[in-house]
Amino acid sequence: MSRDPSQRSFIAYLEDRPGVLARVVALFRRRAYNIESLLVGRSERPGVSRLTIVVRADDDTARRLEANLYKLVNVLYVEEVSRAPSVDREWLVVKVATGPDRRTELLQLCEAFSARIVDVSPTSLILEMTGPTDKVDGLLELVRPFGVVEMVRTGMIAMTRGESAHQGLHFSRTAPAEDERAA
Amino acid sequence: MAVATSELDRQPPVASDGRSKPSGSEVPRAIKSGAQIIWEVLVQEGVEVVFGYPGGAIMPTYDALPGYPIRHVLVRHEQGSSHMADGYARASGKVGVAIATSGPGATNLVTGIATAMLDSTPVVFITGQVSSPLIGSDAFQEIDITGITLPITKHNYLVTRTSDIAPALREAFFIARSGRPGPVLVDITKDAQQGTIDYAPDRSPVRLPGYRPAHRVAAADVERAAQLINAAERPLILCGHGVLEADASALLRELATTTGIPVASTLLGLGAFPATHPLSLGMMGMHGEAWVNTSIQEADLLIALGMRFDDRVTGRLQTYALKAKKIHVEIDPSEVNKNVKVDVPIIGDLKDALTRLVPEVKQRERRPWLERIAALKGDSAVRDVQAIPSDGRLLAPHVIHDLWRLTDGRALVVTDVGQHQMWEAQYYKHDHPRRLITSGGLGTMGFALPAAIGARFARPDDDVWVVVGDGGFQMTSCELTTLAQEGLKVNVAIINNGYLGMVRQWQQFFYGGRYVATPLKSPDFVKLAEAHGLVGLRVERREDIPAAVARARSEAGSVVIDFRVEQEDSVYPMVPANCDLHDMIRRPSPIVETSDEP
Repeated sequence: MSRDPSQRSFIAYLEDRPGVLARVVALFRRRAYNIESLLVGRSERPGVSRLTIVVRADDDTARRLEANLYKLVNVLYVEEVSRAPSVDREWLVVKVATGPDRRTELLQLCEAFSARIVDVSPTSLILEMTGPTDKVDGLLELVRPFGVVEMVRTGMIAMTRGESAHQGLHFSRTAPAEDERAA
Repeated sequence: MAVATSELDRQPPVASDGRSKPSGSEVPRAIKSGAQIIWEVLVQEGVEVVFGYPGGAIMPTYDALPGYPIRHVLVRHEQGSSHMADGYARASGKVGVAIATSGPGATNLVTGIATAMLDSTPVVFITGQVSSPLIGSDAFQEIDITGITLPITKHNYLVTRTSDIAPALREAFFIARSGRPGPVLVDITKDAQQGTIDYAPDRSPVRLPGYRPAHRVAAADVERAAQLINAAERPLILCGHGVLEADASALLRELATTTGIPVASTLLGLGAFPATHPLSLGMMGMHGEAWVNTSIQEADLLIALGMRFDDRVTGRLQTYALKAKKIHVEIDPSEVNKNVKVDVPIIGDLKDALTRLVPEVKQRERRPWLERIAALKGDSAVRDVQAIPSDGRLLAPHVIHDLWRLTDGRALVVTDVGQHQMWEAQYYKHDHPRRLITSGGLGTMGFALPAAIGARFARPDDDVWVVVGDGGFQMTSCELTTLAQEGLKVNVAIINNGYLGMVRQWQQFFYGGRYVATPLKSPDFVKLAEAHGLVGLRVERREDIPAAVARARSEAGSVVIDFRVEQEDSVYPMVPANCDLHDMIRRPSPIVETSDEP
């Protein structure tokens, strides 16, 4: 058990209904959990959204966060994926101030980070990359001295490798009955 | 139930889309308006009484009420309806229902919704909403009540289509009463109430894939708990509201008597274990009995049942029960390790957990521990106000004690919030479950009178008493009119000390005796009762208590008794907020302190 707060990532499946995201966000505000990033989008199932959320929390807080998420009626499934082998990615788009003189230097950096140049203007260029958070941080650190004009990053999405724990779970309100009470 | 349905079936309203009523199906189908469907579902859910107040956005629903076997109680303020539904739920164990219009009607429910949330009581709130095309336009009496109540409901719904009304309401009842109970609000637009559909009642079980009302109790946890219990030398059982909610009083009694372990209670747990039982210790916490708090600090094992280690129960967490291992039986996993770190959590239904635990525990001799507690009790007894002969002044603890005696300890007492609430908890010995109804978590002044009106409907044969301060009474005293209009029998004991007593006590202890905004001038409560056609009595001496209580019990109608008690008495013992639980302010001698004491 760790008492030190560290970065934790959770995935959650939500019923795609009005106001569900507001409930999740209100829970985090109410219980004073600090959100590092939150992403929500469609999942493999119709009517079900998938959320990836990253917070700083110790073991106990993380466990109660999961329990509190489960208390929301529209939350179908929650899994902490911080320690599971998983594919973690975020997308960075950054506009860097640079004239023709230093473009080559930037291009080399991009190559090292598998980033791409997506727009070039006389005074700036836009580059993008996807990767784990630490890699994105790494690239940003190196381009910062050039002068970052604008930057946006999506926050993390995560998917566990191999078998998925929620495979076979019925999320539909009309699906055949299965034991919902299982812990 | 079926009568109302079939009666209405005779004259179905014409469907707005002109379709005729289909026939030949197994379930009775009929064209119904959304308003009718609301009542259909309420009847199906076994609702007998709703508490409410009409207004524009809920008028279609009110218009459809006649013909359904549900009594409607017209309140004087929507807050009253929320507490009545809550009081009904607490007294009956069933789901209470309150109904209000949009806008101010809905916002006036908020305090009552929060009260139900903090004390985990099952209440369904139905509010009217402006018609769906107007939503978001700041229309007259439009307010985002699902947004406002999002953090103070277990769940809520905004229903904009007639066909969604029945599923939402059925889910609302299911969610409100299952697992850890709580309030659910269903906000229904006026056009959804007015629309019509071809309706057939759905009697299948509600299915909510994301809702987990209760976990299975893990056998390994029960085994570990039993080992701790059987090995403990100085164990205590801490009984909370969950014991009442799970209807587990009999099992708790079995656990206590089988093991010989004494039982302390939270405010909301009072009555779950008989107060006059030899193993009963009484209340713990800020105004808990001194021997209970000291015992908790000396215990080597706490068996916490359906309670949540609230700050009013623990005092300063850093020094709370440091010598004790802790077992926590709790239905809500998010409560475990929230305030107090526990050694063995048992997550699940309390009844289920105790059913498995009781056969695993053994009787054990713990003479030194029981003798220690008895010695602590003896020390407290000599300080107790009851031990001091009456000197003519009327003390609130005397009023409560005498009320307990004169009602044979069998009254259903509904208290408000403040000093009288603590004195009631200390001096009215509740031997039976659901005989004390009080706002514990939110501490809502004004709760008692309306909650008692609700409780009256749940328990028509009980002797219902409101015990309320002069401050709290005036917060919702308009519901005296409801009491009179409905012709209900509730006795009201106003513990009138001319102050907002608990705040005054804190001012005396912690704010240099500066009584800012606490002296309280009240109307003549006797005349107020009489203005409602009720009997009003005034008691100023202890010897007059029995006659007044007897008169109140013999009158057919409601009676208000104005008990003019000592103005500046305080509740003892007291653990100041966030102080060590064993560090209590004890009752000084002479017993009644004056305002110039620190």
